[in-house]
Amino acid sequence: MKLVLNEEQQMLSDSAKDFAANRTPVNHFRSLRDNNDPLNWDKDVWKEMVDLGWAGILIPQEFGGSDFGLAGISVIMQEVGKTLTPSPLFATAVMGASAINTFGTQEQKAEYLPKIAAGNITTAIAIDEESHHAPFNSMAQAELVGDEWVLNGKKKFVVDGASADILIILARTSGIKGDKAGLTLFIVDASHTGVEIIKTDMADCRNYANVVLDNVTISKDALLGDQESGGEAIDKILDEGRIALSAEMLGNSEAAFEMTLNYLKERKQFGVLIGTFQALQHRAAEMFCEIELTKSAVMAAMQGADENNNDLQRMASLAKSIAGETLYLVSNESVQMHGGIGVTDEYDIGFYMKRARVAEVIFGGANFHQERYANLSNF
Amino acid sequence: MEHLEAFRAEVKEWLEENCPPSMRTGSNVDASTATDEVWGGRNAVYKNPESKLWLDRMGAKGWTMPTVAKEYGGGGLTKEETKILNEELWAIGAKQALLSFGIWMLAPALLEYASEEQKRLHIPRIIKGEIRWCQGYSEPGSGSDLASLSTKAEDMGDHYLVNGQKVWTSYADQADWIFALVRTGPQEPKHSGISFLLIDMATEGVSTKPITLISGKSPFCETFFDNVKVPKENLVGEENAGWTIAKALLQHERNFISNFGLAGAASSGGGNDVITLAKKHFGEEDGKIANGIFRADVTSHKMKEHAFGLTLKRAGDEGGKASAVASMFKYYGTEHNKKRHEMMVAAMGSHGVGWDGDEFDKEEKNLTKAWLRTKGNSIEGGTSEVQLNVISKRVLGLPS
Repeated sequence: MKLVLNEEQQMLSDSAKDFAANRTPVNHFRSLRDNNDPLNWDKDVWKEMVDLGWAGILIPQEFGGSDFGLAGISVIMQEVGKTLTPSPLFATAVMGASAINTFGTQEQKAEYLPKIAAGNITTAIAIDEESHHAPFNSMAQAELVGDEWVLNGKKKFVVDGASADILIILARTSGIKGDKAGLTLFIVDASHTGVEIIKTDMADCRNYANVVLDNVTISKDALLGDQESGGEAIDKILDEGRIALSAEMLGNSEAAFEMTLNYLKERKQFGVLIGTFQALQHRAAEMFCEIELTKSAVMAAMQGADENNNDLQRMASLAKSIAGETLYLVSNESVQMHGGIGVTDEYDIGFYMKRARVAEVIFGGANFHQERYANLSNF
Repeated sequence: MEHLEAFRAEVKEWLEENCPPSMRTGSNVDASTATDEVWGGRNAVYKNPESKLWLDRMGAKGWTMPTVAKEYGGGGLTKEETKILNEELWAIGAKQALLSFGIWMLAPALLEYASEEQKRLHIPRIIKGEIRWCQGYSEPGSGSDLASLSTKAEDMGDHYLVNGQKVWTSYADQADWIFALVRTGPQEPKHSGISFLLIDMATEGVSTKPITLISGKSPFCETFFDNVKVPKENLVGEENAGWTIAKALLQHERNFISNFGLAGAASSGGGNDVITLAKKHFGEEDGKIANGIFRADVTSHKMKEHAFGLTLKRAGDEGGKASAVASMFKYYGTEHNKKRHEMMVAAMGSHGVGWDGDEFDKEEKNLTKAWLRTKGNSIEGGTSEVQLNVISKRVLGLPS
């Protein structure tokens, strides 16, 4: 496996870079925020992304996608992450597409994937129920009553939960809290009777919701994957999501770092550019090293996933943990090095810190993934 | 392709016939504790006669520097052929035939900057291990500020008269020749008055004295020049233009030193691995290191190591762009290696700080010394602070 982009991936990356710079600079996010946009993302922008084929990157050609793989979508996530572009890309084109394509029946694929690729529906995946990411602690219940499933429970912190048409829900069909076995995935229409969506506002001003399930009654074939296989399935779906999210977080770090370097090269104090101060130079050099390490971890994880290597779990945890630690460092240092304007709302750098901390929590923070990496490495 | 397959077969056959059995036990990666390594030179002592035989055979093929042209005694191999040679050497666990500052640092600089005569004279002797070289750069008053060096070489017509002192000259007491930076232009701006001079250590007036480090014994020496006469033909490049050569050579040295961290990381499957040591000394619970706080530290360290290894691989895959960030690898590799040793020592409790006597086994005592020796890694070849300066200015473009 080569840790470089192939020609196809490089083209996707270049095209996403152009798009983010021209179509969705940070001001795009700022204006959505200032206008209290109810969706937190822009339908026209999403349509343009769909027209570029981004919604179908993980979808096979027979269902209207391009099948460019996780690395393909990840390089796009990285580039749009640089300008904090909000869109359904992550929840729909990564999570929804990956879940249905990997575990759906032929009928489910035929029903949902073309619609995702064409931008006709968006999806959200509802997993966590507690303040910390813990998929196997899911206690939302699914009971088979006659020929139908009845779902009850509450899901938290569902990314794009307030805009999605289709929900993919992890629920318990047997076993106790913490059991990986006994979990099952369901596909539920967000407008279905008994589904209540409560929008939650997070620091990064993106789209999140709590989902309450009150006797949601759905047909027997609304299962995604086999009954009781949700624990295994969710691990794989999550790992792909974690890798793509790590790529976005890498993009966040790169952009915040570049803004900060530019500031060090233009801001004068004591009659000189502050970039001449060794106290700042060395911290900048250390950030550079951490970003380089993050690039490698993300690259190895996404290319490895596409080559089906058997180390997906460990590599996903490596990427998410390293990307999280680097973004933590870079976002904090960037604000500090900007001085007073770094803590003003008028300046963009603070957006990166707010996005950083929310992204850190999604699908497990550094401590979650360090624990997981150590367990998988047998120490 | 056909040609390469034929070459591989040829290499296999040659190695089968020429690599002595005792030279097939794998290279000892931990150079700080190895005792059977071969450095060559006029005064070389071979504990194992087969190691001399192995050096002579590899040297005669030019395979200690496989890519160097045959006219300079090298193997004359292409990159692809060299890769095959290395694979076949690795496949049989062949020991490195020769460790040499000549190979790692001087010869690449000579190939770029030396005269034809100098190349023909010195490079074949480096390749065959006949002459052992040491490096005369740092001085007591010139460490990080290397260009302020003051060892002077006065033009005496047919020769230079050298006076001064070098420090941190590794293995100077065993070396035959030294490549040294000397001041030939006392009136010039400091970078513009330096020359690159080759000096035979057997010349009258050259003397050495070993330096004891915090780790105990060390290869480092002080080297003194007291009215040493050096023939003018030993000047490499132009007079007062030695700084360019010095810098090029430093890059080779930094690449070499940053590999310490990597070699350590790669070899950490054995007893000297922090996880093995932690499980042994803290105990295990369900396969986990029993001390949760130490386990968290180890995890963070191991993940950084994993990502650093991937970064070295990525730099290789990107094809040589790595040289622009050699300072990053030097900085990160040496800092990581220090941390790795700190963790091994900490994992072992009181057995991590044993010094002498029967309470501690050989491996434990070696580790104490290896740990202390790593403290020099982030100083030699340009300190970590100097590397961060280089990254700030040359990579990030921050102003001076």
